[in-house]
Amino acid sequence: MDDRVSLSMLKANTDIVRLNGAEKHFGAVRALNGVDFHVGAGECVGLVGHNGAGKSTLMHMVAGTLRPDGGEIAVRGNAEASYSVARALELGIRCVFQELSLCPNLSIAENTRINHPSMIGFGWRRKAADLIRAKLDEIFPEHGISADDIAGDLSIGRRQMVEVARAFTLTSEPLHLVILDEPTSSLDAHTAGQLLAFVRRFVEAGGSCILISHVLGEVLQNADRIVVMRDGKVVAADAASAFDRDRLVAAMGGAEGHHKAAAEARKAETGPLRVKARPARQEDGKELVARAGEIIGLAGLAGHGQTDLLLAIFSAASRAKTGVEVTAPVALVAGDRQSDGIFSQWSIAQNIGIRSLRSLRNGLLISPQREAELAETWKKKIGIRTPDMNNNIYSLSGGNQQKALFARALGSDAEIVLMDDPMRGVDIGTKLEVYDLVREEAAKGRTFLWYTTETEELDNCDHVYVFKNGRIVANLRRDELTEEKIIQSSFGDAA
Amino acid sequence: MRPEMTAITPGTAPRSSPRGNAARARMLRSLLPALSLALVLIAIAWLNPRAISYFGFNLMLNLAIPIALATIAQMFVIAGNELDLSIGTFVGFVGCVTATWLRDAPLIGVLVLLGSIGVYALLGALIHLRNLPSIVVTLGMSFVWQGLAILVLPKPGGKAPDWLLSIMSFKPPYIPFPILAALLIAVVVHFGLMRTSYGVILRGSGGNAAALRRAGWSLLRAKIALFALTGLFGVLSGMALIGITTSADANIGNGYTLLSIAGVILGGGEFVGGRVSPIGAVLGALTLALAASPLLTFMHIPPDWQVAANGAILIIVLAARVLISRRER
Repeated sequence: MDDRVSLSMLKANTDIVRLNGAEKHFGAVRALNGVDFHVGAGECVGLVGHNGAGKSTLMHMVAGTLRPDGGEIAVRGNAEASYSVARALELGIRCVFQELSLCPNLSIAENTRINHPSMIGFGWRRKAADLIRAKLDEIFPEHGISADDIAGDLSIGRRQMVEVARAFTLTSEPLHLVILDEPTSSLDAHTAGQLLAFVRRFVEAGGSCILISHVLGEVLQNADRIVVMRDGKVVAADAASAFDRDRLVAAMGGAEGHHKAAAEARKAETGPLRVKARPARQEDGKELVARAGEIIGLAGLAGHGQTDLLLAIFSAASRAKTGVEVTAPVALVAGDRQSDGIFSQWSIAQNIGIRSLRSLRNGLLISPQREAELAETWKKKIGIRTPDMNNNIYSLSGGNQQKALFARALGSDAEIVLMDDPMRGVDIGTKLEVYDLVREEAAKGRTFLWYTTETEELDNCDHVYVFKNGRIVANLRRDELTEEKIIQSSFGDAA
Repeated sequence: MRPEMTAITPGTAPRSSPRGNAARARMLRSLLPALSLALVLIAIAWLNPRAISYFGFNLMLNLAIPIALATIAQMFVIAGNELDLSIGTFVGFVGCVTATWLRDAPLIGVLVLLGSIGVYALLGALIHLRNLPSIVVTLGMSFVWQGLAILVLPKPGGKAPDWLLSIMSFKPPYIPFPILAALLIAVVVHFGLMRTSYGVILRGSGGNAAALRRAGWSLLRAKIALFALTGLFGVLSGMALIGITTSADANIGNGYTLLSIAGVILGGGEFVGGRVSPIGAVLGALTLALAASPLLTFMHIPPDWQVAANGAILIIVLAARVLISRRER
């Protein structure tokens, strides 16, 4: 960023790609908020940031899969007006997305062909097989993958190896820049080392690379320059040698580290036990313990086992499960409202009542009167803004839909409420109302297990379990809870 | 026909030499279509040894060619994770055009048939662009084709063109014509879909459409190609059918919709994931053609019960397939 003004003319020729003031909105969410970003020739740029910082959005733009809403993109100094995937490939820019881009029904050779439009005519199968085999041999010696293997048969680590190797195969298209989005997430330490060594060789030979990784050590050791993103903006960009672990963590999490004083000293570890659960992949003795009246946070990077544990607890409530002990009825507030939460054809009242059918029953039938009473109670209590609870659920705004889902859980007999990051895409006003309600209900003795990707929400929790790779790696009390600590434990390099 | 038929979902392969097991299970499954055909043949041979002869096969597999072609047609849409519920009435429509215009005014007939393939291509484009469920669109189209067929040929009749009749009554030495034709269809489609470089793209569009888009391929073009191929093989099926029956009827192909779907699945294909097998589909069609009436007639099952018995055979074979694919988990 700092070299933008004075050196831009000079740099233009050695830039592979440059974005100026890139912006992207998804609805009301600003994923990218005026980002300047560039990659030079023969440079490995490390890109780090918390979930939702905008890294992926930015990379999608560089790869051509997303179009910026504002700002411009230039490749090798030429502004690209209609940039697309095909154009990016033509210009030698490729992207390895996180293990999503192989066709499971095709062989490795066939998957390689997909990335090479020029690979046609007789003998293409042999050519593709030779190409991918040679590249796998080069990057991952002793990989044990055959070009005839079907992608779906391979383990996730091997699929990731194939995907990385495929991005570096060369036919008639040029290859200047490869974006590696979490390329080592499914690799063991040995293969990850092989890959990173190859990346260094590639960069030293004049290629460019963007390396996104949550393992900060990898980035610090292999990148020439590091860009830190936060809240859709670039907050720091400097030579890798200017960073160390602590400075990176501080930049990612905001150095202020707003220390929340434990305002209300809450009664600790006295109530009756409600949940005791050990994640399936936990090897040491750590386990999650929740007592009546507690609000327990589940933190860490997205997809590191928090949702799995919530679902395990949910199913343990109806059927015994080893490692999970649940002593009271459970309700779940889903995070993905559209696919897991809402009955889209039903009214608001029906959506609220579904968790409480037993108490709404009158003989064999559901009493519409009791259903309406329940809905009306919660409309007032939680403040659902609608003229009529019999309207379709989609007549509500997103935040109010989420309130209805909270009402479904809180209106039921459940003493334990599991929340699977339910505040995604909800406006701040609604959030604050729900936080108050959660604290109020907890004071009445309900237990909340709250998985969230937003660190501020954890301030509502009594203590917080930090997850990494499906395991609990830390248990932080409210008074020792800081954003830096959470990041520190969720980025811990110990595999 | 080998590798493309696995049903292993990523990450669920067993730990011990997962690919060895997966390959073995896939082998088993790819043999299943051939195995079920062999079983039906053995049963027929046991019930009536005289049926296993040049003449017997010609008679028993009489209708196998149009069924195999319709099955291949269905296989193309299934390769793209879609389903064609109109293929039966489309075959009927083609049959009516073949028995009337193609004989009386060949130029118009050819244009109409080519146009109908174009309609299929447009349907593919519509389904992709508007993100419509193919089941709904093709169900609607099935009534359109049926109506058109009745307009073309209000009552059963017409006559197949002579050249078509002579092709379909071709009697090669030693090998019965239906078997030869089935072989030819299987080999040509296998080469086109499983071995060519664009065939990879077509199957990939069913396997992981997002991956193809990220690699810069046009999914619209892939879907159009798949639907156009369905139309082409539907036309071939209708013409072959009329070449055998010599005259047409608007309802002549109605049973083909479900037969073709069953044939694809029997042949090792799957509804989603781009996992299809042309050779398997042809074998599945032959099995269905044999099990449909010759086998049941030889078993002395009265015609009233034949449809139900046919369904029972289908369930047994598909159940065997599920058992095998469960073993690989």
